[in-house]
Amino acid sequence: MSATAVTTDPAAVDARETPVVSLPVPEAARGELVLWIEDLSVSFEGFKALNGVSLELERGELRCLIGPNGAGKTTLMDVITGKTRPTTGAVYLDRRDVDLTKLSECRIAELGVGRKFQRPTVFQGHTVYENCELALRGRKGVWSALFTRRTVAERARIEEVLETIGLASQSTREAGLLSHGQKQWLEIGMLLAQDPKVLLVDEPVAGMTHAEMERTAELLRNLAGKRTIVVVEHDMEFVRSIARRVTVLHEGRVLADGPMAQIQADPRVVEVYLGE
Amino acid sequence: MSALASRLREMHAPRAWAAVGVVGLVVALLPLMGLPAHLVPLFGKFLCFGIAALAMDLVWGYAGILSLGHGLFFALGGYGMGMYLMRSIAGEGVYRSNLPDFMVFLDWKQLPWYWNGFQHFGFAMAMALLVPGALALVFGWFAFRSRIRGVYFSIVTQALTYAATLLFFQNAAGFGGNNGLTDFKRILGWPLHDPGTRAALYVVSAIALVGTYVLCRYVVTSRLGRVLRAVRDAELKTRFCGYESTHYKLFVWTLSAVLCGLAGALYVPQVGIINPSEMQPANSIEMAIWVAVGGRGSLIGAVIGACIVAGGKSWLTNTIPSAWLYVLGGLFVVVTLFLPRGLVGLVPKLRLALAAVVRRRAGQPM
Repeated sequence: MSATAVTTDPAAVDARETPVVSLPVPEAARGELVLWIEDLSVSFEGFKALNGVSLELERGELRCLIGPNGAGKTTLMDVITGKTRPTTGAVYLDRRDVDLTKLSECRIAELGVGRKFQRPTVFQGHTVYENCELALRGRKGVWSALFTRRTVAERARIEEVLETIGLASQSTREAGLLSHGQKQWLEIGMLLAQDPKVLLVDEPVAGMTHAEMERTAELLRNLAGKRTIVVVEHDMEFVRSIARRVTVLHEGRVLADGPMAQIQADPRVVEVYLGE
Repeated sequence: MSALASRLREMHAPRAWAAVGVVGLVVALLPLMGLPAHLVPLFGKFLCFGIAALAMDLVWGYAGILSLGHGLFFALGGYGMGMYLMRSIAGEGVYRSNLPDFMVFLDWKQLPWYWNGFQHFGFAMAMALLVPGALALVFGWFAFRSRIRGVYFSIVTQALTYAATLLFFQNAAGFGGNNGLTDFKRILGWPLHDPGTRAALYVVSAIALVGTYVLCRYVVTSRLGRVLRAVRDAELKTRFCGYESTHYKLFVWTLSAVLCGLAGALYVPQVGIINPSEMQPANSIEMAIWVAVGGRGSLIGAVIGACIVAGGKSWLTNTIPSAWLYVLGGLFVVVTLFLPRGLVGLVPKLRLALAAVVRRRAGQPM
């Protein structure tokens, strides 16, 4: 497949040279916090999808969120991005004065939360270039969209993103014609163009070949440090390859939280999840 | 200046601009090139339908909003023009009253307040555009904010135009009931039955059609156009990209209604009547068929579809009146099943087939 050829991309080489951060991070050395999730509960007609979840994310962190089906991982992402309103609880970004759960999806996106869906959702009928353009951070109002044109800076940014995700040669292709893996990368590229503070990534390697998976891991590792990334993933091999800190959700609660090695040794986690 | 030039190139390649110019000029000058005088108002009517079809394509083809109520905006524009035409013949009706004949007939002593100002052409034209626009804005605000989409939205628009039809059928509404407004005599002092006036109205319609086309082309090739297509294909994703999709839909929906009002205002003096049958649900559905036949999301296809379907209707209802509805239904089925991209979608296919034939003739292997 064409995907194997992309691993020679300069960005990928870059990722290999990035030193791996040693684990665990001592409590005292913890960085500045960027996202607070406080006592979040969501119930759907009596079923508690989330039940008092609290989480804190540091700036530049790469966090993996795991848990069996129905644990509430996707619901948690839905709440953070404003798709679902919680029954109780709050989500704060960056500063503690704005509760995201009171805002609309597009306002949350504007404040700096980007989301990659489980299935790759790119704009199929638009070209790869246009996809990145649409995601670009900037003014999103009707009038500016009607009258302003791509600036030099915007074009440079789009090309930079396309280089990073290795799709520069495909820029005029319709996104619907890309392979599954390329669509996933394009979607990550769109998130980069959006330049968010927090990036939520739902199952980035589902349905990928092994080579594509490695490329994705490199891409995500390369991005961590600059941005806070939360990855929801089922593939444990992939989680092991990227995880610095892992949070386990089970039946709508946080079951365990810590470095990968500690999580793998936790008997409760083994029981509900890893032991399968 | 070069910014304008490059923006124009984004809208069309130079050759396509030349084609738009030549076709526009030929169509506008048809009355001078021997188009029989009795056909001038008929062709003028098709041009107005072309404008309405562009408006329809803007919302349906580009934003994915299927409106089955655009006939209402068209008719409201028409009523705006009709009210001006009625007031411009005050005192010349059968009853020699300053009121329109139907009001005298109802024994009304004075004009309802909302007829004020319509004696001025400029005011009436402004209303012909603003009233459909304002109605669309208010209706769209509630519908889009409540996230009513797809077939539900279509049904609500159909209900809206049906409700308006019932209102306008009432004599008490003050718009002439089921007879509507008719017996017009002059527009801006020129007699409407004069061939010169008719040719002038035709030319104005042609200019309006080309102008509307250029405006729509500007909109769909702007970033706003790309956002609209994104909303059509994946609205939620667009919202996560930070676009308030409701505002985008509201903008294009309102613009479309205004353009439809313009089409209606140009239509009325050429056909000589406006009545509530123009806003009946079937008319709005026919507008959707124009766009479906011509090809959604191509603008030019909408104009072609409107001319072919409306032309076919005029011809068939004269020759075999009972056959028209069957042909219309059949056309819709055929287009839906075999031509999802409409007649315009045939062009690339035909080009490929033609190229293959040429190659075979030349004896070259594939």
